[in-house]
Amino acid sequence: MKRIKRNYVNQPIVKKDAASLLSGHPVYTDDLASSNCLIVKLLRSPHAFARIQKIDKTKAMLVPGIEAIFTYEDVPKKRFTLAGQTFPEPSPYDRLILDEWVRFVGDPVAIVAGKDEECVKKAMKLIKIDYEVLEPILDFEQSLDNPILIHPEENYVGHEGQGTDAKRNLCASMIHEEGDVEQALKECDYVIDETYHTKAVNQAMMEPFATFTSMDIYGRVKITSSTQIPFHVRRIVAHALNISKSKVRVVKPRIGGGFGAKQTAVCEIYPAFVTFMTKKPAKLVYTREECFICGSPRHEMEMHVRLGADKNGKIKAIAIHTLSNTGAYGEHGPTTVGLSGTKSISMYTGLSAFKFSYDVVYTNVMSAGAYRGYGATQGIFALESAVNELAHKMNMDPVRIREMNMVHEGDKLTNYYGESTNACALDRCVERIKEMIGWEEKYPYRVVGPNKVRAVGMAMSMQGSCISNIDVGSAQLRLNDDGFYTLLLGCSDMGTGCDTILSQMAADCLGCDMDQIVVRGVDTDQSPYDSGSYASSTTYVTGTAVVKACEKMKERILDAGSSVLGCPREEMEFDGQRVFWAKEEEKGLTLADLVTSLQAGADDVLAAQASHHSPVSPPPFMAGAAEVEIDLETGKVTPIDYVACVDCGTVVNTNLARVQTEGGLVQGIGMALYEDINYTEKGRLKNRNFMQYKIPTRLDMGQIRVDFESSYEPTGPFGAKSIGEVVINTPGPAIADAVYNGCGVRVRTLPITAEKVFMGMMEQNNGK
Amino acid sequence: MKIQMILNGRRIEEDIKPDTMLLDFVRAQGMKSVKRGCDTGNCGLCTVWLNEKPVLSCSTLAVRAADSRVTTLEGVEEEAAEFARYLAEEGADQCGFCSPGFIMTVLALKREIEHPTPDQIKEYLAGNLCRCTGYQSQYRALMKYFGVEEEA
Repeated sequence: MKRIKRNYVNQPIVKKDAASLLSGHPVYTDDLASSNCLIVKLLRSPHAFARIQKIDKTKAMLVPGIEAIFTYEDVPKKRFTLAGQTFPEPSPYDRLILDEWVRFVGDPVAIVAGKDEECVKKAMKLIKIDYEVLEPILDFEQSLDNPILIHPEENYVGHEGQGTDAKRNLCASMIHEEGDVEQALKECDYVIDETYHTKAVNQAMMEPFATFTSMDIYGRVKITSSTQIPFHVRRIVAHALNISKSKVRVVKPRIGGGFGAKQTAVCEIYPAFVTFMTKKPAKLVYTREECFICGSPRHEMEMHVRLGADKNGKIKAIAIHTLSNTGAYGEHGPTTVGLSGTKSISMYTGLSAFKFSYDVVYTNVMSAGAYRGYGATQGIFALESAVNELAHKMNMDPVRIREMNMVHEGDKLTNYYGESTNACALDRCVERIKEMIGWEEKYPYRVVGPNKVRAVGMAMSMQGSCISNIDVGSAQLRLNDDGFYTLLLGCSDMGTGCDTILSQMAADCLGCDMDQIVVRGVDTDQSPYDSGSYASSTTYVTGTAVVKACEKMKERILDAGSSVLGCPREEMEFDGQRVFWAKEEEKGLTLADLVTSLQAGADDVLAAQASHHSPVSPPPFMAGAAEVEIDLETGKVTPIDYVACVDCGTVVNTNLARVQTEGGLVQGIGMALYEDINYTEKGRLKNRNFMQYKIPTRLDMGQIRVDFESSYEPTGPFGAKSIGEVVINTPGPAIADAVYNGCGVRVRTLPITAEKVFMGMMEQNNGK
Repeated sequence: MKIQMILNGRRIEEDIKPDTMLLDFVRAQGMKSVKRGCDTGNCGLCTVWLNEKPVLSCSTLAVRAADSRVTTLEGVEEEAAEFARYLAEEGADQCGFCSPGFIMTVLALKREIEHPTPDQIKEYLAGNLCRCTGYQSQYRALMKYFGVEEEA
């Protein structure tokens, strides 16, 4: 077959939806909701832990315009999880739509639906609730085996193999050891033994959670929602409403960012229940405050790291115990925590032993969920900080200790499901960032003013490219008039551009123009099944499904060409525009003519579908280095420069990969320096808006510079791995070490605030 | 109460409640480009022009716009498209949810200062949050749009 030229992969292709996004077209959930829909709002618990004694909604129901008010007495009693995971979900079934127990300040107690916001708000004030207020557990270190039980209910369902024990407030637990880690640590010349703490942080995607529901013409609940997981939402809502999955349809319009927040079905069940009960259209759009108090933030984790090396700096043993706070419910609780050990320890090879264990506990704060990095971010902050501490203890350059210990191409990954690296340019990434930041000149610090120093720090990161053996991606291609293709996808483009990059792949596989690929986003009635856009899986898994579908389509075109032209099948060729007989090239058909002949009096309208899962999850790698300025009088840390070099295999879209990296780094900088979810002593969340919860503005992140080192992953489409998550993990440990290098203060609890640095400097001075 | 205004060049008269916010008002008029991101005047997503000056419509009462000119992205499509091309070429659109408010602020800056410095650009746009891009690609697009020479 003639070789089809590659025109789109590895190019800076403009996003297919750019023009409509940038002209403000009504393409998001709230823009699409009909004007006559019921407005749905949730009355929320003011208590961190309480049991409802009595709810009286009679007065509230009398408010003109109120259509329905539902309480725990009105909803199905079967428990489920809101986590967007492949069935059977590892997350415990610990939720009801509304429960008689409320487990955090903000937990919904009533669903109120009415004709406008005004009447709904008025009715909410008139609902009378008697609570038996209970003592909550707010400190996650106090949760395990506490006599207070957060999930005392009989119908709680924990899933096998997760180490769940609700009677101990334990959402999940596990111990994994290879070799004898205690012995190995004993034999080490240097040991670091420290505890690191990362806080809950909010994804703060610009579009709040939003869902619009209506009955479709066939009497089914149609859900239009800003979600990363349309197919999981179909299942979750059906479970929650206790109805057949055939009665639910989910449509995903454009999404205003997700970053994992929308990998949990945070708000879909409520308007879906209203529509199911009233048969009327309904919408629920969270306020920003609700996104903060009742979203699905990153799991707070405390990681006890013990790290040992021989006298030369060769790391011999790593032990990590993670305590993770899943909050009131267990969404993503059993799974996020695993990454804190797999995706940290596996960056290092040649260990004689390692141990990774964890406990995930319930507390009376909002449920945590999935946030870009998914536990790896937390684990990498801990282990990379510890490796930096080890380097300082040994008087070694932090870059040098990485060079001696990091994973290389072909190595078996230490704690990664027995997998080895087919493609790994981590060594080149480290080399490159050293050069980009000017490490030799700038390490450890330079004095730049009377009370100001500038210092550098670095860290490495890895992630996965899917959940191996679980995630499924699919693509369906249809050949249409004039020879254009429809590419139907079940994955969720949430702004990342997967509709575009998958079209790039299809165009290159089929040898056509990008314009000949019409991409269609998710409608569960029409799209082929996809587990959803999370776990960095779309490029790698759905991308491979696209490549497979294209190969099938080409075979179908050759079949059809052969039968229309009456030429031998094995002598047919297709160059992307024409199908022809290799022996006599004039004897052929353009795609347009082929389709024309197939659409009249024929039995073979061409379509091809393929699905893909992967037995492996090839890690992307990266290295990052920060330069920060520290004010020695106030402790203020200002980011000056951040450099990063990423190995994501083949870069599919050079622009979008760069933007992913820059965006991830700035979120990482936010987590490192500014973002912090805090609660009052009664369990009320303090950071309820962007004044109290500070994400970086364009004045707060300094300069960001990004480069790529390419590798080729043979199991990925066009050699690609993933990029979405790996990019968020380095700023925490790199900035923490830069701060140490500049002023000698080691911050082990994020974020690195001026106060912590200042207090650290005070302690140093007092110690002198 | 009745108010009149010129919305995107078209004179309209509406009966509204006194506490109606300009954001809700213009969205009800079909100007769906105007997005709600925070309600506390922090994110810039709801930026529109009131008599050609950028304001946050979530924190501006609709009555404040009575007898004034209100402009949303729908009203400056061509001008916006020119800058949008630079954004698209950098991949800076990403999820797109912050784009309308961001573009309205950029176009207002262009009218106020024809040749802004990089610092002026950053400061002028500091109130427009974006969570996807890390601002760098927007910055590259802005440098090209305003014709600012990039530092070596």
